[in-house]
This record gives sequence, C-alpha cells and structure tokens, in this order.
Amino acid sequence: MVSKSRSENVQIPIGPQHPALKEPESFLITLQGERITKSGVRLGYNHRGIEKACEQRTYIQAMYLIERVCGICSHSHSTAFVQAVEEVAGLQIPRRASYIRTLIGELERVHSHLLWLGVAGHEIGFDTLLMYTWRDREVVMDLLALLTGNRVNYGINTFGGVRRDVDAAQMEQVLKGVDILEERTKYYITVATDEVTLINRLSNVGKLAHDDAVRLGAVGPTARAAGVARDIRKDDPYAAYADLDFNVVTATQADVYGRTLVRVGELLESCKMIRQIIKNMPDGPVTVKAPRKVQAGEAFSRYEAPRGEDVHYVRGNGSDKPERVKVRAPTMANVQAVAHMLQDGYLADVPIVIAAIDPCFSCTDRLIGVARESGGRGIMTWEQARQAGIEWHRARGIDFTRLNETFRCGEPR
Amino acid sequence: MSLVSKIVTWARIKSPWVLHFNTGACNACDIEIIAALAPRFDIERFGVVLKGTPRHADVLLCSGPVTRQIKDRLRRIYEQMPDPKFVVAVGTCACSGGVFKGCYNVTAGIDTVIPVSAYIPGCPASPAAIVDGCVKLLMSLEKSEEQAAG
Ligand code: SF4
Repeated sequence: MVSKSRSENVQIPIGPQHPALKEPESFLITLQGERITKSGVRLGYNHRGIEKACEQRTYIQAMYLIERVCGICSHSHSTAFVQAVEEVAGLQIPRRASYIRTLIGELERVHSHLLWLGVAGHEIGFDTLLMYTWRDREVVMDLLALLTGNRVNYGINTFGGVRRDVDAAQMEQVLKGVDILEERTKYYITVATDEVTLINRLSNVGKLAHDDAVRLGAVGPTARAAGVARDIRKDDPYAAYADLDFNVVTATQADVYGRTLVRVGELLESCKMIRQIIKNMPDGPVTVKAPRKVQAGEAFSRYEAPRGEDVHYVRGNGSDKPERVKVRAPTMANVQAVAHMLQDGYLADVPIVIAAIDPCFSCTDRLIGVARESGGRGIMTWEQARQAGIEWHRARGIDFTRLNETFRCGEPR
Repeated sequence: MSLVSKIVTWARIKSPWVLHFNTGACNACDIEIIAALAPRFDIERFGVVLKGTPRHADVLLCSGPVTRQIKDRLRRIYEQMPDPKFVVAVGTCACSGGVFKGCYNVTAGIDTVIPVSAYIPGCPASPAAIVDGCVKLLMSLEKSEEQAAG
C-alpha cells in the first residue's frame, strides 16, 4: 500500500482499518525518510446522520439517540442535549438531579481517562499498563452499572432531571470504589513521573505550543497540557459544578507527556469531586414534570466532556420534535491540531500522537449539506466549504487564513 | 474423522484469531469488546487473540450499523480474510440497525452486507455477552465439524 510520488516523498495511507486505530478513520501521511512532511485526515466513515435523524424523532427518542453519538462520553452528549432542551422549555431541574448528573459525569470522566491511559500504554508497546488500567476501570464500570443499570450508555438523564435516585447504600459503595480508584491513580502518577521509559517515550512527541493550541482551537486536556487553563466546568459552570471545589489541571510540557500528566491529575480531581458530591448531596425530588411539546426557541449548551468542550445547539418549534440539533464534539476541535502535531515528527509516533488527543471519531463525523441562499441544495467539497467560510468571516472582519499553513485536509481517496 | 482433520478442527477451535472492525458503531460496543479482552473477562483464556490484519483473522468482530462509507471497506476486509471465516455482529445496531435504523447514512446491520454467523444483542453488548457469544460460536463449530465427519 505504499505509493511513490516525485523524488523521495512516500505517501502512506493509515486506515480506515489499521491496527493502530480503534475506529475507522483514514490518515494520509507523506514522508521524507522517517520524517512526516505533510498529513491529512479524512473523516466520515462513522457518519450515521444523527442530527438529521433527531429531527424525525420526538425529544425523548432523540435523547437516547444523542446518547449514542459516542459510547465513551455518552453522558456528556446526553447531558449537553438535555440542558439545551431544558433551557428552551424553561425548566429548572431539582438540585438533587443536578448533583446526580454531575456524579455520573465525573464517574464517566474517570472511566474515560483510565481507558485513555491504557490505550496510550498500548500504543507505545506498554501493554502491562493497558491491562492494569483496564482492570481498575472495571471498578468504576461497576459503580456506573450500580447507579444507572448499564455499564455504558447510562440512560440516566431525562428532561427535567434524572431517571433514577441514588440511595445511601449506593453512595457508600461509590465511596468505597473511589478509595480504590484514588489509590490506583496515585500509583499511576508514580508510574508517570518515575518511569524513565515512559517519560522518554512521550516527551517532545506531538508538540503543540500554547499559542498554537489557542490558534487551532484545541479543547480539553489537549489544550490544558499546553498551559491553556480552559475548562467549562470552571468557566461556565453547569449542573452542580458551581458548588464544587476543584482545580483545573494544566501542564507546561505541551507534548504527549503533558497530556498524560493532565489526565492522571484530573483523575485525582474527579475522585475529590465525587466525594464532595456524595457528602453534600441535597435531599428532594429528582425530576420535575417536563412538557411533551417544547416551545419555540433555541439554546446553546456547553459541557466539559472528558475530551474537551462539547457543544450542543437545539432549536424547537413548538412541536414534540426538535427542528434542528447540532453537535460539535470535542474531537472535531482537536483533530485540526493533530496535523500540526504530526508535522516534522516521526512515522513511529503517529499512533501515539493521534491517540493523545483521545480521539473519538464517532463523535466527530459530521456532514454539512448546503442550502444556498439563491435556492437549491448541494454538497460542497472541503475546499469550497473552507473558501466560503473564509469569505464569510472576512466580510465580518475576521481572518482565519493563517490556519491554512498548518492544516490541509487530505484529498478524497 | 481422519486424524489430520481432527487436529485442524482442534486447532481452529482452540485458538481463533479475531479482528475487530468498527462499522459505524457508537464506540460503546467497541470498548466492551476491549473490556472482554481485559483481565476481568479475559476472553484470551479461550484462545482468542486480537489481530491487526484481516489476513490473520478467523473471526471478524463487527460493531455498528454499517454506514454507507464503510460498506465497501467492510466487504473488502471480509474478502481478505482466509477461509474458513466467521463474522460476529456485536451489539443491537450491528444485528439490526438498532437506534440508527432509518438514518439516511446507514444500512440495517452487518448481515445486509456480509453473512453473519453469530449475533450478540445488547446496547451495548456486555463483555459477558460477548464472551458467551464467542464461546457459543466455537461450540457450534465443533458440533458442525463432528457432524460433517459423521
Ligand atoms: S449497539 Fe448500541 S452501544 Fe453498541 S454500537 Fe450500537 S448504538 Fe452503540
């Protein structure tokens, strides 16, 4: 599968099925010797048409569908969606419900970061770490199953609150589980800070400096590892985060090692938050009655998913079905930065650099249909869409063209 | 049953190599497949080894409702696998389309594209169910080989 074009430039397609990728995505890497001179990504293998499908389903049905945008951060998507709909409908959820949402959200972050740590270990040939973290991850999976009834895709949210209450015995269990997780996390922090092999393998790989992270719009741990202290839980608190005391973990390394440190640091913060939530869990009901039909209006909702900021937009038109739903998943924001990180790197680093943004392509695969102002519909190529975007922004005095130097999308193959 | 074919059957059933392919899944079934390989459920004790290329694989573990983009790739991967080969559909959406049924970009399940030997329902299919499905598949192979031999 290696094709030679001009001089010594070699192009290597990676994906859609490739041992280093857990999801069907395709990267086209151009090499000069071992060095990467250009890289492009092609998205879309996982595009299922969820946004459109939401328009044909009632709000409740759409909620379960939205939860399945991504199975790893399913609670993030469903909470972001539910929050948006609640805002349109003017619902105020009970405090206990927002605490339970936050609890599940933090447990989800723990499971997601442990999962990532294992996958990162696997990508650098450290399979012991994979087995360790995935064993410990079962502790939090058990807790999630205990609280929600399912290991993944919890289905705990509903409009106006949550579907299940937690009782004292369950909270006791959660605290026990958190103790184990915290102890294990401390061990991983020791591994991450003492293990010379790990440090050497991950340092200076996939560099993304502070300014580049801001310029390319990176989010979540990818941005925080570059010293960008951006966290929706702090910046724009939702659910119960305003009541919680926690730190935004950042690092200065701005490479894959920094991203590892941020994630293990966040594991500890999550444990801390879970304890606070359990301690301060307010009494009261867990739902308020939600109308079946949602009034006309629109809302925008942000959620700090394990991978970064997740944005949902919902527009209602007074019926029981949403008129428009838009999802901007965190990987969509981070994938731009990958091309920059790969630039001038080594081929052998490709899997870990891609894995380091904790990509979730089932979240990311979106498609944009274009309705022209002059009437008629069509499909734009990437180039046309980008040109249109540049012109639209330029007409409003914003110029993004500096991005062009670093990010080029792969040609359709 | 001749000695050679007995050995072949034994080898085939004791160490099936699997390839995992995401055909548009929401990722939940995929992580549950990995969880089935991880220490708690440890499907490796049945000789199952995860492989990276279709040319080494006996069993294709598919999750997802098959998007239109991935359809041809799925067929190509299936064709690259050596005979005899088996396909396991993991998750409700791989079995029938599940929640994604009716979306404009998906077909309704793996069996609309390639033949499927075992279906594991669940959204997501729990690791225990995945282990169970794989063991059932292996047991059915043993039986059919015995029957073929008479
Ligand atoms: S069956 Fe459910 S959990 Fe599994 S991939 Fe499909 S939608 Fe996701």
